Amino acid sequence: MSVQAAVDKLKAKFGDTVLETSEFRGETTVVVKKEEIVAVCAFLKGDLGFNFLTDLCGVDYMGQAPRFMVVYQLYNIGTHMRLRIKAPVEESDTTIDTVSGVWATANWLERECWDLMGITFNNHPDLRRILLPEDWEGHPLRKDYPVQGPDREPYQGRVQ
Amino acid sequence: MANSETMTINMGPQHPSTHGVLQLVLELDGEIIRKATPHIGFLHRGVEKLSEHRTYHQVLPLTDRLDYLAPMHNNLGYVLAVEKLLGITDEIPERAQVIRVLFAELTRLKSHLVWLACHALDIGAMTVFIYAFREREHIMNIYEKVSGARMTTNYFRVGGLSADLPDGLEQEIREFVNSMPGHIATYEGLLTGNKIWQKRIQGVGVISAEDAIDLGVTGPSLRGSGVDWDLRRDQPYSGYENYDFNVIVEDGCDTWARYVARLKEMHESCKIIHQALDKLKPGPVLADAPKIVLPAKKDTVNTIEGLIHHFKIISEGFKPEVGEVYVGVENPKGEVGFYLVSDGSPRPYRMKIRPASFINLQALPKMCEGSMIADVVAVIGTLDIVLGEIDR
Repeated sequence: MSVQAAVDKLKAKFGDTVLETSEFRGETTVVVKKEEIVAVCAFLKGDLGFNFLTDLCGVDYMGQAPRFMVVYQLYNIGTHMRLRIKAPVEESDTTIDTVSGVWATANWLERECWDLMGITFNNHPDLRRILLPEDWEGHPLRKDYPVQGPDREPYQGRVQ
Repeated sequence: MANSETMTINMGPQHPSTHGVLQLVLELDGEIIRKATPHIGFLHRGVEKLSEHRTYHQVLPLTDRLDYLAPMHNNLGYVLAVEKLLGITDEIPERAQVIRVLFAELTRLKSHLVWLACHALDIGAMTVFIYAFREREHIMNIYEKVSGARMTTNYFRVGGLSADLPDGLEQEIREFVNSMPGHIATYEGLLTGNKIWQKRIQGVGVISAEDAIDLGVTGPSLRGSGVDWDLRRDQPYSGYENYDFNVIVEDGCDTWARYVARLKEMHESCKIIHQALDKLKPGPVLADAPKIVLPAKKDTVNTIEGLIHHFKIISEGFKPEVGEVYVGVENPKGEVGFYLVSDGSPRPYRMKIRPASFINLQALPKMCEGSMIADVVAVIGTLDIVLGEIDR
């Protein structure tokens, strides 16, 4: 089964939930509605054999709507296929359901995404900060978080 | 009367066997571990955030500092991702590809040597540490000859390599690799037949294939659980499809199986290095892509085009088209991947690193809960984690 066939099956099963598919440099990306993310992932794992969650992360497209994308990199160990699933998340409601029940890998990856990007994963078993201290304020990978830190002036170049 | 209370103890972040700054909170019932909770992030440097503020060429040195025991692999994953984003994967010269494979496998040897040395040292077999570090030193000397640095090499470039091999290095690598099987036999002689070593790692840190896949474990840790998957063979990059090597799979699911798998992998790496040396033909080591690749120094100072390209690439960088790619490579510790999002600017809009050690570490509680406290040290060793990569 090719990646295209898998995408077609996904479309046939979920219809309007699949918002968009695209291909770039031979990699297929499918954008799905966030409400159905757990069902889509369970179908991809159970019926289409994407048994391995390679990676999960958030991307902040500040200035666009929806602002965030949660990105799932999937892999099929049997057929060596890769597929990327993306789910848009609005700035007004930065929550999405956890897929840690589908792939246990997602547990820490979602914690990292919460920690650095500030996306809340509903029903997550242990949603704590992972890389930053517990009392840290803000989510550094957001585009409106300054690279030099929240309470420091931006670097102005060498002193005159 | 038996006391059913558990005791919570703290291990690290300064424990000598934690390979960096890993903290484990262990809930103990006597000497049995009921619950293990890893705490990480002590080395977090914000590599992903920093990379959004640097040009694609400037991000490369940051990648050395992830898994600092296998810097060339991180470099390789990153440059492959950028090349894919640019669509110049097919334009990389043959010689550069072969040298990349050559150093990727030397790096695998180097990383596995540190794993073996530290794993054995943690468990109490101190002698092998000295022997393994002697060979590692040799590999670092080879690194130094090509890149000037022993650990943070920064040798690969988007489009090829920073420099060709210096004269005589091929012969030196060949001699070193010829000596490796003998050295590996020495390590095995010190460990494999050793009853204490066997008792300490056989049946310890067991993880089934299903659990390993579910938890996203990759690399020798996964192959030690009987899963036949290696990106070098299954999604070849940098010309790996042209090499003849075996993917080592062991069925034991325990620390012993992973020990055997890694030792055999070292032999396979030697095989690949020999083949790479045989394949080496004279030729360029940088792609013919003047808008992307920095010109040679002599062109920068002698030709106006070279000067202009140098200035443009240094001051502005190159601009890939809008898009996103993911490239994973088979690091000694597992799959290391780079997910790059480009918005058409000269800086990555978003770079997400898939860290092998981070995801492998997630399996640690599964592997040591229910076993003895002394086994934690064996499990940390067998997972072969590097905190620089976990915390990024």
